[in-house]
Amino acid sequence: MDITWYLALSAILFTIGVLGVLLRRNVIVIFLSVELMLNAVNLSLVAFSQSFGHVDGQILVFFVMSVAAAEAAVGLAIVIALFRNSLSVNVDEFNLLRG
Amino acid sequence: MEPLVQLILLPPLLMAAFNGMMGLFWAPWRTKEGLVGALSTAAVAVPFAVALSLFLGFEHAAVARFFPWLVAGDLAVDFAYRIDELSLLMTLVVTGVGTLIHLYSIGYMHGDGGFWRFFAYLNLFIFAMLNLVLAENLIVLFLGWEGVGLCSYLLIGFWYTDLKNSAAANKAFIVNRIGDFAYLLAMFLIFQTVTAATDGPFGFDFTTLLAPETLALFEGSVGFWVALLLFIGATGKSAQIPLFVWLPDAMAGPTPVSALIHAATMVTSGLYLLARLSALVLLAPGAMAIIAVIGALTALMAATIAITQTDIKRVLAYSTVSQLGFMFLAAGVGAFFVAIFHVMTHAFFKACLFLGSGSVIHSMHHVEHELAHKGIIPDAHGHDPHGHHAESDDSAAKVDAPHPTYATLPYEGPFDAQDMRTMGGLGRYMPVTRWTFLIATLAIAGLPPLAGFFSKDEILLRTFQFAGHVHAGFYLLWGVGIVTAILTAVYMTRAYLLTFEGEPRWPSAMDVKPHESPWTITTPLVVLAGLSVVGGFLGLPHVLGHSWIHGWLVGHEGHVGPVADYPLDPPYVPAGTEWMLLALGAGIAIGGIALAWFGLRFGARGPEADAKVRRGLGWVYAMARRKWLWDEAYDAAVVQPVVRASRDGLAPFDKRVIDGGVDGVGTLVGLASRAVRRVQTGVVQVYALAVVLGVVAVVALLLLV
Amino acid sequence: MLEPFLFAVFAVFALVGALGMLISRSPVASALWMVQTMLAVACLYITLHAGFLGVVQVLVYAGAIMVLFLFVIMLLNLEQMPRLASFSWRKGAAYLLGVAMLAQLLAVVAVRTGAATVTAASVDVEATSVREMGLALLTRHAFTLQIVGVLLLAATIGAVLLAKKRFV
Repeated sequence: MDITWYLALSAILFTIGVLGVLLRRNVIVIFLSVELMLNAVNLSLVAFSQSFGHVDGQILVFFVMSVAAAEAAVGLAIVIALFRNSLSVNVDEFNLLRG
Repeated sequence: MEPLVQLILLPPLLMAAFNGMMGLFWAPWRTKEGLVGALSTAAVAVPFAVALSLFLGFEHAAVARFFPWLVAGDLAVDFAYRIDELSLLMTLVVTGVGTLIHLYSIGYMHGDGGFWRFFAYLNLFIFAMLNLVLAENLIVLFLGWEGVGLCSYLLIGFWYTDLKNSAAANKAFIVNRIGDFAYLLAMFLIFQTVTAATDGPFGFDFTTLLAPETLALFEGSVGFWVALLLFIGATGKSAQIPLFVWLPDAMAGPTPVSALIHAATMVTSGLYLLARLSALVLLAPGAMAIIAVIGALTALMAATIAITQTDIKRVLAYSTVSQLGFMFLAAGVGAFFVAIFHVMTHAFFKACLFLGSGSVIHSMHHVEHELAHKGIIPDAHGHDPHGHHAESDDSAAKVDAPHPTYATLPYEGPFDAQDMRTMGGLGRYMPVTRWTFLIATLAIAGLPPLAGFFSKDEILLRTFQFAGHVHAGFYLLWGVGIVTAILTAVYMTRAYLLTFEGEPRWPSAMDVKPHESPWTITTPLVVLAGLSVVGGFLGLPHVLGHSWIHGWLVGHEGHVGPVADYPLDPPYVPAGTEWMLLALGAGIAIGGIALAWFGLRFGARGPEADAKVRRGLGWVYAMARRKWLWDEAYDAAVVQPVVRASRDGLAPFDKRVIDGGVDGVGTLVGLASRAVRRVQTGVVQVYALAVVLGVVAVVALLLLV
Repeated sequence: MLEPFLFAVFAVFALVGALGMLISRSPVASALWMVQTMLAVACLYITLHAGFLGVVQVLVYAGAIMVLFLFVIMLLNLEQMPRLASFSWRKGAAYLLGVAMLAQLLAVVAVRTGAATVTAASVDVEATSVREMGLALLTRHAFTLQIVGVLLLAATIGAVLLAKKRFV
């Protein structure tokens, strides 16, 4: 089957992820959106890997997943630390770097 | 040739730099008067010795080229110097009189805190002046021209803590600058004329400029303007109408400065310039006429002022202006070598006169200190450099003395060591000064066979001759010259008499007496007086013998000298006419001296004789005393408008527009940054928005382009 | 014949899950919607004959990362977020940019040339999956594998440190 559909789906999922990053105010939901973006990219990588017939795309997906895991762990640790200091997970309130 | 030229030019420069550096950074140097004085004098004596040897062994002109200096397009100026008859003669005068004045200054400036600085400036001046007279091109000459102007400024304002002196220095420099502007315009005109007609670079050098092919370019109005502009430049340096007003004020500087710069050397730069470019000036008869007229008028005007002045240095200053006027008169009738002859003799007797006046002033300062010490006049200076004990110890002596007051002085205010009204009878206390001053006075008055007679007479002779051959109007200028000569004899004799003859006129003259100056001061006086006696024999008139200076400067059979001469046919006046003119000249001198000595009796009657003259001449005397209101006129016409324009126009412009603009830029940046700062909200999502915006934009660009 | 149908089903599941995550007001609900998306994506991997990755996706993403998310959400005991009352320019710009980005991506996808289609001959479900991946991982990409290992170690240490009450 033509992978164009897979790529289109990937594009839509990616866009939804971007919207999530830009619109939601809860830090954790923003994280989830980032994971969604990563998934969308993984999907298109696997589709291409299948389309070209070699396995390197899947290898890359493998690594992306590992990195996503590491990033999620550290990111959530940061969120916990933030929460401890300010008792809030609303991004609008973290504006100390204001110019 | 090059090493010899270096030996002439470098010692003064190096000594000035060395002296300056040592004095600035090593305090003990400033008190080593003997060392500083000896080294500085040697730095001028060595060039004199070298110049003398070159003079004695002179065969033909030579040029010492050092290195290319300014090279740009059609301009190619070298650092080059010329040894020829004219430059050697001037160098001898500058270094010879310079050495004597350096020696004199050791005694005169003794005890002054700026002793080392004075000698550094003096040496620097000598260097600049040597650059001027030895230059092979107009640019190096201009370097020296500006250099002497600078040193004049530094030396006039030497005692800069008194604002009056600084103001005088400023005046000298600024007025000079106006002349320099004319000089620059002349140079531009020369450059344009020469480069338009020739191809290849031009460096203002005299060899090229004075060659017949180049000179031919300057016939007609171009030559007129060049000569006129050069003359205007000369009026600034040599104090002629209209740019002479700085010279009397320049007397604020120490007397050696007045002697060296404002009598013997710097003020003769203008004459040197005209003599050097005499071939060019001769092509512009219109300019020459203007030069002669201005020279004569200046001479007359300055002489009328000199006769009314009571400050001895002022008399000598106006006398210098007057004598310079004579020299320009000579140049204006094409007798350039005569002008240089008078430069030389004038250097001798004017330097002698100034140094003599310095000796007198030195003594009068002693008198002033004595009077203050005795409590007769108030103590104006608060210091006593001659080691007398402080006034408090003399309370016993002071009890008998009257209360210190200036009321006994014939003028207002503090005691003036330069005012002749409180001098008189100094001859018996200062014999050497008296006799040398007298000799120099007789020389400048033109008494034969002293130097001034020969040089001044030659000027009047050539004017007379020119009038007969070329234009009868010049007889008028000859007449002006005669009148001025009479006045010269009168005012100079008056100065001598008021100072050295008669009875002392300062308060308590019985108790307070001056004394002769030390040998470092009197030796140069003697030497210069001797030169004033014999110097004239270098230029004997035709009926009396051979004029060495004519042969040296203008040339003789088979050899053409550097100074051009107006071709007169026949070259000499008839012998009978010449004898008559010689007799007239002698008669004027004797008559003037006698008028002042026995007729008006300045010696016996002192300042009361002045009153008689004043009554006799009425408003003329009053105007002359007030210097014919030149300074007042300039102040009203030039200075006040400039000050007003600056204060009301330029200053607000600078404050509001320029400063406002600069501040405005700063304010603008601040406002802009305040606006741009709002992008940094600190909220991460806004930044993410910006990233996405960028990505979309870039991809759009990539897709569409 | 079967493939497009399977794709459509799983695609719908994925999209619904994503949208659900986007608009849920409760973070727990968002997380759960996300799990649905991940499972759908795993199934999509399988339809693309990447079986190993499909399983890994369920194990790692849905099974570990999402669980971690839920742990943290529960730990922080968050309340429901109130609805954004005002229409800020940020929201408008975000929607606009999202639409623009989607348009650009779809345009690229649509016009890309040289699209290779999946041919039956080049596919062997078992063979291409675990065996191929293993070979590639341990030979061609061995170095990267080690690096990722170090990365995970660093992440572990970092996470532990960050989450402590005091840095010791």
